[in-house]
Amino acid sequence: MHEYSLVQSLVTRVESLAQAGKATAVHRLVVSVGELAGLDPELFQTAYDTFRAGTICEGAAMEIRRVPARWGCGGCGREIAKGEVLTCPDCGLPARLSAGGDEVMLETVELEVP
Amino acid sequence: MCTTCGCGDTSLVPVDVHEKILAGNDRVARHNREHFAAAGVLALNVMGSPGSGKTALLEATSRASGGRWRLGAVSGDLATDNDARRLEKAGISSRAITTGQGCHLDAELVHDALHGFAWKDLDLFFIENVGNLVCPAIYDLGQAANLVTLSVTEGEDKPQKYPVMFKGADLVLLTKCDLLPHLDVEVSKILDGLKRVMPRFEAIQISAKTGQGLDAWIGWLEARRAKVARGTGAAVHAHSHEHPQGHEHEHEH
Repeated sequence: MHEYSLVQSLVTRVESLAQAGKATAVHRLVVSVGELAGLDPELFQTAYDTFRAGTICEGAAMEIRRVPARWGCGGCGREIAKGEVLTCPDCGLPARLSAGGDEVMLETVELEVP
Repeated sequence: MCTTCGCGDTSLVPVDVHEKILAGNDRVARHNREHFAAAGVLALNVMGSPGSGKTALLEATSRASGGRWRLGAVSGDLATDNDARRLEKAGISSRAITTGQGCHLDAELVHDALHGFAWKDLDLFFIENVGNLVCPAIYDLGQAANLVTLSVTEGEDKPQKYPVMFKGADLVLLTKCDLLPHLDVEVSKILDGLKRVMPRFEAIQISAKTGQGLDAWIGWLEARRAKVARGTGAAVHAHSHEHPQGHEHEHEH
C-alpha cells in the first residue's frame, strides 16, 4: 500500500509548484508510470482520488500514461524479450531497461492562474 | 485573466515538470549514502518476504564473521521490536524502526534512526526492511547494495511473480537450504527464474541453521567491504544537498 505514500509525495510537490506559479487551483496532472515501477496504476488512481480532497489537487484530474518496460543489451542493443534470461546471448552483457520503464514521474501540471 | 475575451476567468498554464515523484526520498537517500561513504560504513538494504530469514541471516552473519567486523542494524517492523532485540542478543547493535501500518522503510526513516546511534563506528550496517516483496523495492535508502532473502519454501516462481523486487537486487540469498531434502523444490528452477528478472544475476545458497554457504556470503561481504575506503571521511565529504531544517547530526562537516 505504498500508493498512498506516493500520492502524498505527489500532492506535496504539486502544492509547491502551484505556490511557485501563484496558482489558485490545479486543473490537471499528467503522471507516467513504468511497467516495472512497482506501482499499480489503478490503485494509484484510487489512492489519488481519495487523498486529493481538501488539497490543491481537489479539482485536478490525473492522467496516467503507462510506459512499457523493454529490455535490451547494454552493448549491442539487441532486444531481449520479456521472460528471457537478462543477459545478451551475443555479448554476454547484462540487459538494460528502456527509459522510464521503472519510474513514476510527474510529467506536467496545468495550473489555474488568475 | 482570460486572454481570449478578458472575462476575468483564470487562465490555464501548463508546466513541464518531468521529475520523479520520489525525488524527495531520493535526495534524502543520497544524503544517507554520502554519510555512509564518508564514514567508511558498508550499508546494505536487506529485503524479503516476512519469514524469509532476514533476521536469521544477520544472526548467522554475526556468528560466521567471528568478530572481524563491528556490526549494526536497524530493523523495520510494523508492530514490534522483536527483531532488534534478537539482533542485540547476537552481538549486533540495533535499533527498531516501528512503522505502524507502513509497509516499507524510506530514506527519511533510516536517516532519523541514525540520530543518537553510533553508526559511524560500524563496519557493516544492515537495514533490515519490513518483510514485503513489493513496496520496499522502490525506495532508495542510501544503501551500497540491495540484498533479497528468498527462502526455498516460497515457491519456484517467486522471482517471476515479483520482478520489481528482484530487478533491483545485487545479491539474492536463497535461504533455508537445509530444508531442501524435505521439499519438492528444484533449486535450478529458482535460479533460472532469477536470471530472467535480475540483469546482474548473483545468488548464494545458504542455511543459517547448518552454516551452508556462509563462507561464500562472508566472502561477498569482504569483497564489498574492500570497496569502501575508510578514512577518506570528512575531507572529501561534499554534500549534494542543503540542510534547510537545520537538523542535528552527530557528524562534522
